[in-house]
Amino acid sequence: MLANQIGYYSLILGLISSIIIIPISLKNYHQNNETIDRKIFSLSFFQFFFVLISFIGLVFSFINSDFGNETVYNNSHTTKPLFYKISGTWGNHEGSLLLWLLVLTFFIFLFLVKSKSQPKKYRILTLLFQQIIIIGFFIFVLKTSNPFNYLFPVPKEGLGLNPILQDPALAIHPPILYLGFVGSSIIFSSSLAAVVQQYISKSWAHHIKIWILISWFFLTIGILLGSIWAYYELGWGGFWFWDPVENVSLMPWLSLTALLHCILVLEKKTILTSWTIILSIATFILSVSGTFLVRSGILNSVHTFANDPERGLFILFFLFFLIFLSLLIFFMFHKNGNYEAVKINFLSKETSILINNWFMMYFLSVVLIGTLYPIFLEVLTNEKISVGPPFYHKLILPFLVPFLIFMTVVPYLKWIKSEFIKVRIEIILLFTLSFIVSFLLFKQFGFESLVVSILIPFTFYLFLITIKDLLSKNKKNFSQKISHFGFSFLVLSILLNSIFSSEIIINLKEGERFNFEGGAIIFNSLEENNGKNYKSIIGNFEISNDKNQSIKLMPELRIYNQPSIVTSEADIKTTLFYDKFLVMNSVKNNEYFNVRYQVKSFMIWIWISTLILAVGGLFSLTKRLYEK
Amino acid sequence: MKNKILLISLILFICFCLVVLFKGLNNSNVYIPDTTNKIVKEFKSRSLFSDNEISSEKILVNSDYYILNIWASWCGPCRKEHPKLMELSKNSSVKLIGINYRDNFKNAKNFIKKFGNPYSFIFVDTNGIISIELGAYGVPETIIVNKDKKIIKKFVGSLDDKSLKEINSILK
Repeated sequence: MLANQIGYYSLILGLISSIIIIPISLKNYHQNNETIDRKIFSLSFFQFFFVLISFIGLVFSFINSDFGNETVYNNSHTTKPLFYKISGTWGNHEGSLLLWLLVLTFFIFLFLVKSKSQPKKYRILTLLFQQIIIIGFFIFVLKTSNPFNYLFPVPKEGLGLNPILQDPALAIHPPILYLGFVGSSIIFSSSLAAVVQQYISKSWAHHIKIWILISWFFLTIGILLGSIWAYYELGWGGFWFWDPVENVSLMPWLSLTALLHCILVLEKKTILTSWTIILSIATFILSVSGTFLVRSGILNSVHTFANDPERGLFILFFLFFLIFLSLLIFFMFHKNGNYEAVKINFLSKETSILINNWFMMYFLSVVLIGTLYPIFLEVLTNEKISVGPPFYHKLILPFLVPFLIFMTVVPYLKWIKSEFIKVRIEIILLFTLSFIVSFLLFKQFGFESLVVSILIPFTFYLFLITIKDLLSKNKKNFSQKISHFGFSFLVLSILLNSIFSSEIIINLKEGERFNFEGGAIIFNSLEENNGKNYKSIIGNFEISNDKNQSIKLMPELRIYNQPSIVTSEADIKTTLFYDKFLVMNSVKNNEYFNVRYQVKSFMIWIWISTLILAVGGLFSLTKRLYEK
Repeated sequence: MKNKILLISLILFICFCLVVLFKGLNNSNVYIPDTTNKIVKEFKSRSLFSDNEISSEKILVNSDYYILNIWASWCGPCRKEHPKLMELSKNSSVKLIGINYRDNFKNAKNFIKKFGNPYSFIFVDTNGIISIELGAYGVPETIIVNKDKKIIKKFVGSLDDKSLKEINSILK
C-alpha cells in the first residue's frame, strides 16, 4: 500500500525534475563559462534518485505481495519463492519499462560526472537530447503502462508469474540486456550533440568509446543469457531460433559491433565520420524499434495477451520522432567538408574496417528484412507468412565464407598503408593443416551442404590463426585478439554443432525400451515430487551405448499451481564435447510420453566462446579505465 | 542537390514504414479461434448470487438473441466496458448473461454492487473451463448468440462505441 503510493508519487517527482533540467540547461548553454551549473548535476541526481525510490517501491510491493497493485496482482503469487518475487518486478511490461527508465536516468548522471574533460556545450547538448528520451519514457510509463495502478477491491491472491520465466538466467537477462540497450542511448545523444557542435573528432571518439564498450559488453552477455535460457527452459534443443524477439536483440548488436570498429579508426584519424554517426543513431533506433516490436504485440509472441493498442501507438510515434529528429540534425549540421580530407589507401586497416562495416550491414539487413517482412506483407497484401531459419541460413552462410577469409588477413594490415603481406611459412602450414583436418572430417562424416564444406576449412584456418595471434609475444591489441579468437571459436562451435548433432523422437511408456543405432533409451520409472509452488513428475531414463556404458537422465514435467501451466524441464548432461539432452512431454493421461533425445555437440563451447568474445570487450574497457 | 534528393527519398521511405507499421498495429497478429457458426454446448455452473448449480439450457431461453459476456472484477478493461453493458441491458430484445471468469466471489459481488448489474444471470467460472469451451481468448470477451444457440459474432477485448453500434445493428 504505502510502498505503492511512494513509488507512484516518486515517479511523478522524477518527471518534474527531468522537465526542470531543460530550461536550466538551456540557460547554462548560452552562458559564457566553461563549467556546468551545479544545479544541473543535482537535478540529474534527483531525477535518478526518484526513479530509484519508485523502483524500490515496486520491488517492495512485489516482496510483500501487495495485490492491490495491478502489476503485482498480474505477475506474482504468495507461494512464489522470494527470488522470483523480486525478479517478477521486471518480468512484466510495466516493471521492465520502469527499469529502462532507471537505467536511463542512472547513465545520464554517470555521463555528466564522467565527462568533465569534454567541452561544456557538447555535454549540455548530450544531456538535452537524453532528456528528450527520458521524458518520452516517463510519459510512456505514466500514461500507458503505470506500474502502480490500484485495484479495488484488493484481490486475495495474485495470478502468478509465468513459470517459464521463473529461471535464474532469465531473472538477470532483462536487466543486463537493458544496460546494453540504454547504454546505446548515451551514444545516440552524444553523437547528435557532437554533430551539432562539429565535435566529431579523435578526442570525442576516445571519450565515447567507453560507452560503446559498456553497451557492447552488456548487450553480448544479455543475448548470451537469453540464448542459454531458451536452450534449457524452452526445451527446443537449440541455441538460436531466429525468433523475431531474438532477432530484435541481435540487430542492435550487429550495428554496435560495426560502430565499435569504426570508433577505433576515428580514434586515430578523422575519417569514417558519417559512418560513425549513422551507426550511433542506428544502434539506438534499432533498440527502440525492438521495444516497439516486442511491446506493441505487432509480432507473434507469448505476451500479446490483453494488449493495449495505445502502448504500441505511443512507442511508434516516439520512435519516428527520434528518427526524424536525428535525420534532421544529421542533414543540417553534418558536412563532410568540415573534416580534413584523408585519402584512404586500398591496403590498410581503414579499408578493411570499411569492408567489415559492409558485411555487418549486410547481415543486419538480412535480419531486419526477415523480421519486418511478414508485418509489411500482411499489411499490404493480407497474407500471413513466417520467416524461418532456412531464409537466414541461405542468405547468411554464403557470405560468411568471404567474411572469414577477410578476418584472417585484416589483423596483419597496418594503419594508413601496408605492404603486401609477406607470406610466411607458418601461415601456409596452418592453412594446409586446416584443409587436412577438414578433409578428414569430410571423409569420415560427409557433409550434406556444399557451403558448409567450404566453410569448415576456412573456419578452422581462422581459428588457428586467432590462436596463434593470442599466443604471440606481441601483446598489442590484446583485447581485440581475445574477441576475435572468441568469435572464430564461436563460428567453429556452431558449425560443428550443426554437423554432429543428432535427434531421436519417440513415444514411450513406463518400462519400455527403444533401441537405436549405437545404443538404447530405457524408460525405467516415474516419480512424483512436490516443489514449493508446483508438483512434478520425474522420468527415470537410462541411455546406454554398445559398450554397455550408461548414463541416467531425469527430465521433469512441472505442474505449477498458479497460473496452472505445465512446463517441461529438460535434463541435460554436459560434457566437454557434447550435451546429452532429454525432454519429455505427456501425451495421453500420463501413460505415454513423447521423448526427445538429442546429442548436441560442442554446446558448452558456444556459450564459452561467446563469453570469451565479451571478455575481450571487458578487457579493453578495464584497460581504458585504468589508463585514465 | 544530391543530398536533398537523398533526404526527400529517405523521408518518403520512412513515412511509408510509419504508415505500414501503424496499420500493422491495428490488425492484431494474435491467433483468435474462429468460433462463428458454432453451437454453444450445454454447460453447468452455479450462479454468483446463489449456491445451486444450474444448466445453461435453462438460461438460454425465451429470447431472440443472447449476449455472453466473460468478465472478472480484476480485469481493468472490464471496468471500462461496464457502462456499455449497462446501456445494452436496456435493450429488451436481448438477454445479457455474464460469465465470471476466475474470480473471487466477494470481489465480483462488490464489483456488481458498485457499478450496477447489467446481466440477467451470472454464471461462475472458477477454473475457467466454461470460457475455454466457448473458445474465449481473454477477458473481457463478448459473444453474440442467436436463438438456435449459434455463435454469430464475438468481440475480443472491451466493447466500445463501434462494437456497440455493430451489436445494435445485429439485434435489429
